[in-house]
Amino acid sequence: MSLINTAPEMALTTKIDDFLNWTRKSSVWYMLFGLACCAIEMMQTGGPRADLDRFGAAPRATPRVSDLIIVSGTLTLKMALRTKVLYDQMPDPKYVISMGSCANCGGLFQLAYSVCDGVDKVIPVDVYVPGCPPRPEALTEGLIKLQEKIQQERWLVRKPVAANA
Amino acid sequence: MSLTGFEVEIQREVDGGLTTEDMTLSMGPQHPSTHGVLRFVVRADGEVMKEAIPDIGYLHRSIEKISEKVGWHGFMPYTDRVDYVAAMFCNQGWAMAAERLAGIEVPKRAEYCRIIAAEFNRIQSHLLSVGSMAMDIGAYTPFIHTVREREYINDLIEELCGARLTFNYMRIGGVAWDIPPGWREKALSFLERFEPLIDEYNALISYNKIYTERLRNVAAISAQEAIDYNLVGPNLRGSGVRYDVRRDLPYSVYPELDFDVPVGSGELGTLGDCFDRYMVRMREMKESCKILRQCLAQLPQGPVIAKVARNFKPAAGDCYVRIESARGDMGWYVVSDGTAFPHRCKIRTGSFAAMSIIQKVSRNLMIADLIAVIASFDLVAPEIDR
Amino acid sequence: MAVSDPAAVHAVLRSHFGDAIGDLAGTRPDNAGTTVAPSALVEVCRFLKTETGLAFDCLSNLSGVDYPKRNIIEVVYHLYSYRYRHLFVLKVEAPRDNPAVSSVAGVWSAAEWQEREVFDLLGVIFEGHPDLRRILMPEDWPGHPLRKDFVEPEEYHGISTSRESLLKT
Repeated sequence: MSLINTAPEMALTTKIDDFLNWTRKSSVWYMLFGLACCAIEMMQTGGPRADLDRFGAAPRATPRVSDLIIVSGTLTLKMALRTKVLYDQMPDPKYVISMGSCANCGGLFQLAYSVCDGVDKVIPVDVYVPGCPPRPEALTEGLIKLQEKIQQERWLVRKPVAANA
Repeated sequence: MSLTGFEVEIQREVDGGLTTEDMTLSMGPQHPSTHGVLRFVVRADGEVMKEAIPDIGYLHRSIEKISEKVGWHGFMPYTDRVDYVAAMFCNQGWAMAAERLAGIEVPKRAEYCRIIAAEFNRIQSHLLSVGSMAMDIGAYTPFIHTVREREYINDLIEELCGARLTFNYMRIGGVAWDIPPGWREKALSFLERFEPLIDEYNALISYNKIYTERLRNVAAISAQEAIDYNLVGPNLRGSGVRYDVRRDLPYSVYPELDFDVPVGSGELGTLGDCFDRYMVRMREMKESCKILRQCLAQLPQGPVIAKVARNFKPAAGDCYVRIESARGDMGWYVVSDGTAFPHRCKIRTGSFAAMSIIQKVSRNLMIADLIAVIASFDLVAPEIDR
Repeated sequence: MAVSDPAAVHAVLRSHFGDAIGDLAGTRPDNAGTTVAPSALVEVCRFLKTETGLAFDCLSNLSGVDYPKRNIIEVVYHLYSYRYRHLFVLKVEAPRDNPAVSSVAGVWSAAEWQEREVFDLLGVIFEGHPDLRRILMPEDWPGHPLRKDFVEPEEYHGISTSRESLLKT
């Protein structure tokens, strides 16, 4: 029996939601989906100077155990189909950070014939991090924005019923 | 969705009453090895592979076609993306091709700036290669060490040209910015700190028993095979061929510099195995430090860029420029038809050839050895797919 | 006895193959070479590789260039010898409507993948190639992208290939 969307809105459920979200945002495990140049900056961000691990974000190999997919690099049309497959394999709740110009909108490869102009053509994106490639500080800010987004989510509270349902 | 366009024959055998069958696995295009979007269709009998067929094109960004659309000057940022781990060399290749077609002479100081930037980039690229190779073999610590060292070089290069990864530093006719004041001292102090660390990394990982057991006698490639498949750079030198474009087809100011060319010698196993290729890269880092010290000492005064027209139109013709990139001899075949846009730009890279030999080399290797082979070839996906 | 000068290499080729070899073109060491008749390509390549004074054991580059004005697709071979350290360029012309060139994959193994790439991006059929199929583009991609008259498809498997500019108001 699932507790999601069952409880009425009151102070207690909000506090529980806050607590659950705090635990969830403090351990966002991302899948290693480094495609191109941004992957190197993602590796540097996971390195010792701008450490992603201090936010609880650990790199994972497979989509089945990860919460977050950081699409770092250019998405070609050939790869876009596989990206959709990988996104579908990730269990809920899942988030997407689109890192870099190429993943946001195609970047400087919009002139190319084989590039998918932006990853949001295949999967829904939560946070866009601009840059070519974004500095580690920029990616860290992107992750913090995602954490703020996770903190706002409400799971226990019953969703309001529409007036003319 | 089908695997690829070709048929794979599955073999069944009856062995002591049990029927066994080959496995066909798809390794990639997303897999935790950090070499980019590569895919292998692996036919394996348990852990031992019959064959690993490479499938590429997942990062084909049509850079060559874009050169025909953006023009000579505008193509420089795109050359960074051809091999983003060692982007200075790609910049240099394109600049040299355009200069050769137009007959432009690059000032001396610009050449030295180019070599300094390029050799720092070579150290960065080899650090990443060595670090990720260790991580693929299973040792996580060296990766963090090398990433830390890369950060120091990133700081230096960021002060020089403003970017950490895709530099866009060189221009046709020279370089974009001069070396800022105080940079030489910082670079020298970095080299003071870094050169003994190469020995520390050697002591940490290179002769570690587990590491050497994973790498020795794996995928030994003879010199003749390496030449036949057009392997270049440390892959070729690991097989014993003492060939380096900086020494044998010298360009820029390399004739004025003194450095050695390390080759593999089969010191722990067969000549041309994964360990030889790895040790060539470790030794090359030391040679790069030597070159950098000489360049920083001999840096002449002068302009850093020649006068080149904004509306650059080189003479019609073609040229084939070869430079020694971190991954080996990179060939730039550029055809000009006299207009402001190149007619054709073909980039022939070392990783493309290395990928093509994997199908042959992977027979009767174990799947984990395939990872070691990929790492020892230092493949990067953008060089293969462009 | 090394034959280092491109002019000397050209002379040796002319003496062996006569009319199948064009004139010496190119002025610098990196672009000096000649055109070869398509029918004699494989023999010329084998000769260049095995002849003792020439020993072009490495196929350094194989690329295709589309010349719509001359109505040809030119396949350019850059050959290099590690032994004697000399470079030579061969060029073969194929008609643009139905380009077909003999494959040199039997002479240099490096040619296998390079020829697949030229087939994929320019549409040149290499006769005798062991495994000629697309290498960089997806298997079901229409057309050959590096041709000058290539038109980008509107969409691929439901993903549209253009993006509306954010600058439009």
